[in-house]
Amino acid sequence: MSSGFSTSAARNMFFGGTVFFLLVFLALTYDTEQALPKRDNRAAIAANPQIAAGKKIWENNNCIGCHTLFGEGAYFAPELGNVYKRRGPEFIKAWIKSQPTGTPGRRQMPDFHLSDAELDEIVAFLKYASEINTANWPPNIEG
Amino acid sequence: MQYKSQAVAKPYFIAAIGLFVAQILFGLVMGLQYVVGDFLFPHIPFNVARMVHTNALIVWLLMGFMGSAYYLVPEESERELHSPKLAIIMFWVFLVAAALTVLGYLMVPYATLAKITGNELLPTMGREFLEQPTITKIGIVVVALAFLFNISMTFLKGRKTSITTVLLIGLWGLAIFFLFSFINPDNLVRDKFYWWFVVHLWVEGVWELILGALLAFVLIKVTGVDREVIEKWLYVIITLSLITGIIGTGHHFYWIGTPEYWQWWGSIFSALEPIPFFAMTLFAFNMVNRRRREHPNRAATLWALGTGVMAFLGAGVWGFLHTLAPVNYYTHGTQITAAHGHMAFYGAYVMVVITMISYAMPLMRGRVANSKSAQTMEMWSFWLMTVAMVFITLFLTAAGILQVWLQRMGDTPLGFMAAQDQVALFYWLREITGVIFLIGLLTYIASFFKGGETEKA
Repeated sequence: MSSGFSTSAARNMFFGGTVFFLLVFLALTYDTEQALPKRDNRAAIAANPQIAAGKKIWENNNCIGCHTLFGEGAYFAPELGNVYKRRGPEFIKAWIKSQPTGTPGRRQMPDFHLSDAELDEIVAFLKYASEINTANWPPNIEG
Repeated sequence: MQYKSQAVAKPYFIAAIGLFVAQILFGLVMGLQYVVGDFLFPHIPFNVARMVHTNALIVWLLMGFMGSAYYLVPEESERELHSPKLAIIMFWVFLVAAALTVLGYLMVPYATLAKITGNELLPTMGREFLEQPTITKIGIVVVALAFLFNISMTFLKGRKTSITTVLLIGLWGLAIFFLFSFINPDNLVRDKFYWWFVVHLWVEGVWELILGALLAFVLIKVTGVDREVIEKWLYVIITLSLITGIIGTGHHFYWIGTPEYWQWWGSIFSALEPIPFFAMTLFAFNMVNRRRREHPNRAATLWALGTGVMAFLGAGVWGFLHTLAPVNYYTHGTQITAAHGHMAFYGAYVMVVITMISYAMPLMRGRVANSKSAQTMEMWSFWLMTVAMVFITLFLTAAGILQVWLQRMGDTPLGFMAAQDQVALFYWLREITGVIFLIGLLTYIASFFKGGETEKA
C-alpha cells in the first residue's frame, strides 16, 4: 500500500462504501417486493388454503434435505419445482405412498406416513410452485 | 497469553474440533449413500446425515469464531474479558443445545421433532441450513447476545483497534442477519428471498469481516509487520468484500421467482467477488515475506497462507465458475454448486478458524509454539486435508459438468437418477478422497498430543 493512503482514509472508504451499497441493496429489495405480485403466483395461495398447508408438510418432513426446489437444497434427489409438470398429481401421490422401494443398493426415500388429505396438500403446494415465474428455469423438464 | 481470561477460548476450540470430527463422519456417510443408496437406511436417511453434516459445520465455525473473539479481544483491548464466567456458562448452554438438537435429528423423525418442539407456533424449520427447531434458534440468539455483550463491553472499556472494530461489526452483523431465519412466509418466493439474507449475507458478507480480522491478528503476531500496514490492508479487503458481496446476493435471485434484472446485478457484482479474496492472498504472502521476526509457530503461518490461497480458489475461482447468469442457468443446483460449497467453506472459514487455533492453543497451553515434531505433524495434517479437499472439489466438479451435459443439454436429456448413475465413478473417487481428509483430520488431532521440547511462553 502506498504511504499516501492512510488507514483512516481506508476506514472511511469502508464505511462509506458499505452504507452506499447497503442502501442500493435495500432499494432493489423494495423494488423486488413491488414486482413480485406479478410473478410469484400469490393469488393461488390466497385462493387455496391447501398450498400453505402443503408448504408446512414440505418443511416438517425436511424434503429439502434430499431434493432441490428451484435448484436450492440438496442434490441427492430430483428437482421438485417443476415435478408437477413432469409427473402430474396422481403419479406424485402414488410415488410418495410407495416409498421406500427397498431396491438393494438404490437411494431410498423414507415413508412419511402422509394421509390422503396431506398428499393432496403437498400436491397443491407443488402445483403452486410449478406456476411461479422462474425466468424459464430449469432448462428442460428433467429439472 | 497476556491476559488470564483469554483462556476461556480453550473449551470453545476443543468443542469446535470435536464437532468437526462429527461433521466429517456424517459427510462420509452421505458420500457413501450417493453410491450405495440404501447404506444405513432407514436408520440414518440421507436428509438426516446432511442436517448433521451442515449444522455441525455451522455450529463448530460459530464456536471457533466465539473462541477466537474471546482470545483476541482481550489482547487487542489490553484488558481482561468483561465476564469470563458468562463466557463459560454460554459455552455450556451452546454445547448442550447443539448436542440436544443433533440427538433430536438422529433419534426421532424430523416431523416428530417439529411437533415436540412446537414448530407450529413459529414455523422456521425445514429450510436448508436453518433446520434447527425454533427453540434452538432462540437459544442461538440468546447465546449470541450474551457473547456480544461480553465482547462489546470488553471492547468499549479498552483500547480500540481496527481489528477489533472490524471483528465486532462482523459479529454483530452475524447476529442481526440471523434474525431473518425467523421470517418464513407462506409465499415461497419471499421465503427464499429472505432466506438468503441469512445465508448469503453471512458467508459472502459479514463472515468475511470476521475472516479478515482473524487473519490480520494472526499475521501481526507471526510476522511482526507494523499494525498500521496490516490494518490498512484489512480495510481495503473488507471494503472490496462488501461492495461486491452485498449486491452480489443477486446471484441467488436468478431463478427463484424474483425479477430478471437480478441476472444483471447479480452477475456483475458477484463476478467481482473474487477480487477481495485475491487481495487476501496477496496480503498474506506479502506480510509473511516482509516479516520482521521468525515466529517459532511455523504451523500457524502455514495455515494463514493456506487460508489466503484456498479461500481465493474455493470462494473466488470456484464461485466465479458458475456465477454468471447464462452459465448458472445450466449449473444451478448441480454438483458444481456442491464442489464450490466444499472448497469455499474449507478454504475460507475452516482454515481461518484452524489458523487461529493453531496460533492461540500453544499459548494457552503455556508455550510459545508446539515442539518441532508436533508442528511437523500438524503441517502433515494441513497438506492431507487441503490436498484431499482440492481433489474432492475436482471430482465433484467433474461429476457436475457431466450431470449438466447429460441432464440439461442436448436433445434427449436423461432423467435425474439416470444421470446420477452415469457419474457414479466420480462419487466413488470423492468418497475415497473423503477418507483421506478424515485421516488428515485425525493427524491434526494427534498433533495436539505429540510431546517434545517447547519454549515457555
